[in-house]
Amino acid sequence: MEHLDILLTASFWAAVLRIASPLIFATMGELICERAGVLNLGIEGIMVIGAFTGWFAVYAGLPLWAGVATALLAGMAFGLLHGLLTVPLGLSQHVVGLGITLLATAAASYAYRLALPRVTTPPRIDPFQPLPLPGALAQTPLTYLAFLTVAVTAFVLARTPLGLAIRAVGENPQAVEAQGLSVTALRLGAVTIGSGLMAVGGAFLTLSAFSSFFFEMVNGRGWICIALVVFGAWHPGRALLGALLFAAFDAYQIRLQQTLGAAIPYQVFLMLPYALSILALVIMSRRARVPAALMTPYNRGER
Amino acid sequence: MPETVLRLKGITKRFGAQLANDDISFALQKGEVIALLGENGAGKTTLMNILFGHYTADSGTVEVMGTALPPGHPRAALAAGVGMVHQHFTLADNLTVAENILLGTRPLWRLGQGDARARIRDLARRFGLEVDPAARVADLAVGERQRVEILKALWRDARILILDEPTAVLTPQETEALFRTLRLAVAQGLSIVFISHKLREVLAVSDRVLVLRHGRLVGEVRTRDTDRHQLARLMVGADLPTQEIPPVPEGPPLLELRAVSAPGLSAIDLTLRGGRITGLAGVSGNGQSALAALIAGTLAPTSGEMQAAGLPAGPGWSPQAAIARGIARIPEDRHRTGTIAAMTLTENAILEAYGRPPFSHRSWIDWRAARSFAEEIIAGYDVRCPGPDTRISLLSGGNMQKLILGRALSPEPRMILANQPTRGLDVGAVAYVHARLLEARARGAAILLISEDLDEVQALSDEIRVISAGRLSPSFPRGTTSQAELGAWMAGHGFDHAA
Ligand SMILES: Nc1ncnc2c1ncn2[C@@H]1O[C@H](COP(=O)(O)OP(=O)(O)O)[C@@H](O)[C@H]1O
Ligand SMILES: [Mg+2]
Repeated sequence: MEHLDILLTASFWAAVLRIASPLIFATMGELICERAGVLNLGIEGIMVIGAFTGWFAVYAGLPLWAGVATALLAGMAFGLLHGLLTVPLGLSQHVVGLGITLLATAAASYAYRLALPRVTTPPRIDPFQPLPLPGALAQTPLTYLAFLTVAVTAFVLARTPLGLAIRAVGENPQAVEAQGLSVTALRLGAVTIGSGLMAVGGAFLTLSAFSSFFFEMVNGRGWICIALVVFGAWHPGRALLGALLFAAFDAYQIRLQQTLGAAIPYQVFLMLPYALSILALVIMSRRARVPAALMTPYNRGER
Repeated sequence: MPETVLRLKGITKRFGAQLANDDISFALQKGEVIALLGENGAGKTTLMNILFGHYTADSGTVEVMGTALPPGHPRAALAAGVGMVHQHFTLADNLTVAENILLGTRPLWRLGQGDARARIRDLARRFGLEVDPAARVADLAVGERQRVEILKALWRDARILILDEPTAVLTPQETEALFRTLRLAVAQGLSIVFISHKLREVLAVSDRVLVLRHGRLVGEVRTRDTDRHQLARLMVGADLPTQEIPPVPEGPPLLELRAVSAPGLSAIDLTLRGGRITGLAGVSGNGQSALAALIAGTLAPTSGEMQAAGLPAGPGWSPQAAIARGIARIPEDRHRTGTIAAMTLTENAILEAYGRPPFSHRSWIDWRAARSFAEEIIAGYDVRCPGPDTRISLLSGGNMQKLILGRALSPEPRMILANQPTRGLDVGAVAYVHARLLEARARGAAILLISEDLDEVQALSDEIRVISAGRLSPSFPRGTTSQAELGAWMAGHGFDHAA
């Protein structure tokens, strides 16, 4: 079967890791927010902001890692805004999240036009280069950073008092307050850090995958990450698995397009990873335990 | 000279127009147990939440060991040695017992759960609070959860322990065990504020009783110088009404369950007869809700047979069928399932009957009939409210319950499903509900009284069944069982022999 032979090639697996990387960053970011009890629908826009600011910093002459840091900070700024509106003010997380996505996306386009008024073809930068390793391991440092992020997130959540507090605040904020911790500080911190990671996920697209900035480049990846968090049942390791699975579907359909493209309209292939994701989600998420206080704002002294 | 560990001075707190705490002052001595007694809504929880820093008082100060606590800082209260067991548990279900206890007690990065578990076990043994530190809180029974709450406070080396209605969720045996723990704690130098509205417990556990009524401190007595009657008078502001239970001839069986099983219930045999109140005792969460849902038609049995008013209640048994067959329902949660908060009294009064005459003619609602029905209930059941067009959410719990009672009882139903009919009501409203249920019994209705309050079950029931883990005990006729025996059944003892 030539279609299955695809799965044995190094280039296929290299593509899987490449496609998965931005998803991994952003999924970890969303997972941290949700574990603390805040649904962050700003993810799509924050990824756009990350893609733009990271790219622009490098285009303006900063080193690549400074571009990553810029994206991180920009994402954290939007995360802080999201957090201020949803945590101390307790506004609807759906409305605020979608608002942040619209705002961040528009802000990126506006800044791009402002900085490059007359450009028609998107200018390129020198992106991260793959490390000189054999086969599928030849990835850019950002991909390795993505995997490191998963390990750190998993460790912090499972093994440290900080992670314990984050898990508790998404389950029962009263428990956190009764133990003398600040619900507001924990949630605000989680949303800020989580949003920073989302932006780094966006920056991967411009600094590692494509080397230029296009307006449509994030293209729904943020929404996929929201589904991946559910798929992973709010566990970093399982969410990583989900991201890899999705990336594998995606890489596979690209190759199928090349081999079968004449017989079947290519849109069917484009649809494939999403359809399979929905299926996997339905199967996996039945047993998932949602953080009990997800999407419930906490107001002190109210009941 | 006794050492004062806690002093509250002039605490006042308003919620909108309502004065929840009115200039309250008291002091707690080292090694003392004081009881804070008061009806629901008297302001006990509010006062303790101010002490602990969940709420900030409008005026007044809290001093622990002679130093004032900054208002609104639970962390400061914890650091000063105040431990609080909240009325509604503050545990995270997704975490283990040890994790819940360690939460907030460690520096940012080092958890060190391993040695903590051993030390938690030690602590638990010292205070008679058996619980597995590695268990997930979601898997614990309520009694165990409460032990975790107490351990949380002891782990932080609390010097003052506040327990807000700790016995509300416990069996009599568990309550005894809790009292033993409290005595151990006092012996080790802790001081305790014990909050309750149950006179018996207050008398059993405290050295001194403070009585709160409508937010005001209305009395302070030494426990050994007082008795039930004095405390009740202080708490209610009047003598407790006593209920006469007249003999009523036993009627025919009206509702019968034969070997009925459903999710959460196994092989239930139950017969309700006319003119009889059958009390269902048990700790909440043991199948009461499932049994009520089964009878009300919102849950389908997986096996077994059910008969209502002599006819089978088989497939197609639904809430509408149950109502049509003459089953009236006083739901467990008057806010969630008993009423619709945003609707008026009139609309709520016809919730179960709007589709039938006299409220509906050719699928049009007759609002005039509905309104006069609501007015009848308001007059007949003493519902204190501005009028039938008032939104029901503006009523107090007692008045809301009276409307539900009127809605259920005024069609003179033959069977009554009364699920926690007096939960959270003040003494006056409780007596009113009891009197109305007894009236229904006198005219021959069959009543199932589900309650967590053993005193209530024993006072009203002609026969008592205990529910535990979805099983029913044999029937105990009035006056044949002690609370200790019922408590043993509630804890699940005895079922194996009975089966
Ligand atoms: N957070 C709050 N917001 C508004 N009203 C409240 C709040 N907490 C308590 N109350 C009101 O204050 C009064 C006292 O309540 P509470 O302290 O809970 O009484 P208790 O614990 O004695 O039953 C009640 O009438 C209650 O409705
Ligand atoms: Mg209370």
